[in-house]
Amino acid sequence: MMVFIKAFVIGGMICALTQILMEKTRLMPGRIMVLLVTLGTFLGAVGLYEPFAEFAGAGATVPLLGFGNVLWKGVREAVDANGFLGLFQGGFKACAVGVSAALIFGYLASVLFEPKMKKK
Amino acid sequence: MGKEKGDKNKIEIVSAGAEPGTGGGPVKREESREQQRNEQYNQYVEQVTPKANCLLNCVKAFITGGCICTVGQILTVLFLNSGMGKDEAAAYTTISLVFASVVLTGLNIYPLITTWGGAGSLVPITGFANSVVAPAIEYKKEGQVFGIGCKIFTISGPVILYGILSSWILGVIYLIVVSLRAV
Repeated sequence: MMVFIKAFVIGGMICALTQILMEKTRLMPGRIMVLLVTLGTFLGAVGLYEPFAEFAGAGATVPLLGFGNVLWKGVREAVDANGFLGLFQGGFKACAVGVSAALIFGYLASVLFEPKMKKK
Repeated sequence: MGKEKGDKNKIEIVSAGAEPGTGGGPVKREESREQQRNEQYNQYVEQVTPKANCLLNCVKAFITGGCICTVGQILTVLFLNSGMGKDEAAAYTTISLVFASVVLTGLNIYPLITTWGGAGSLVPITGFANSVVAPAIEYKKEGQVFGIGCKIFTISGPVILYGILSSWILGVIYLIVVSLRAV
């Protein structure tokens, strides 16, 4: 039970902090996402995010910060295995599942669903 | 309309500056006028912008984001219990959340969550999936390549680019550090 509470509170906290950032800076959602993923790779690289994810579970892995951390993990593992070449392998390998799922389901959805007219 | 107003102000400024014994001179006057006008404009903008209740929005974002993360945690636990490894369970959780977000976007439910939850629906991976699907559906009329093909990357493109780029840069640093240690 504790894991669910932790996921709820930590995930909620990250979202609430982002909400504050959005209200203070009026940044567009796209920029917020870029910022979060980039920040996630950085937090991963300095070694903060992995212990945090260990503690918070899905509360840390579901937000886009976790996506950034996964990217970094992929690069590190690939560099450990293949050295220089790994720099160019790890990132895409790590985000393959999320990105492929989004693109493939997204494409299928665009075939299945019609755009909604904006009601006015 | 705005131009007319500006001209009028200028005339006023010139006549005011021509008054004897006012000091300052026309240039300074004009500057202070402009400043005043800017201040007034800023006040006007603040008045017109809907006063978003920051605290309430944060609470909404907290609840929305928390719920999505909890769903993610429940899925992870379910996958783990079905005998999957940690990484596998995480991958399936991602796929499930993305799938759910895509379906909800297609049914036009996710936009409602976004309206209510703000950042709470944006920050989780479901927000990323939503940013992929929504333009793909929206622009399907513009064709397979330039409609769906291009627009599907409108927001996810930058996210992927800068994610890959920053992880690459950090990877370069990591590689240098590791090689220096080995020496």
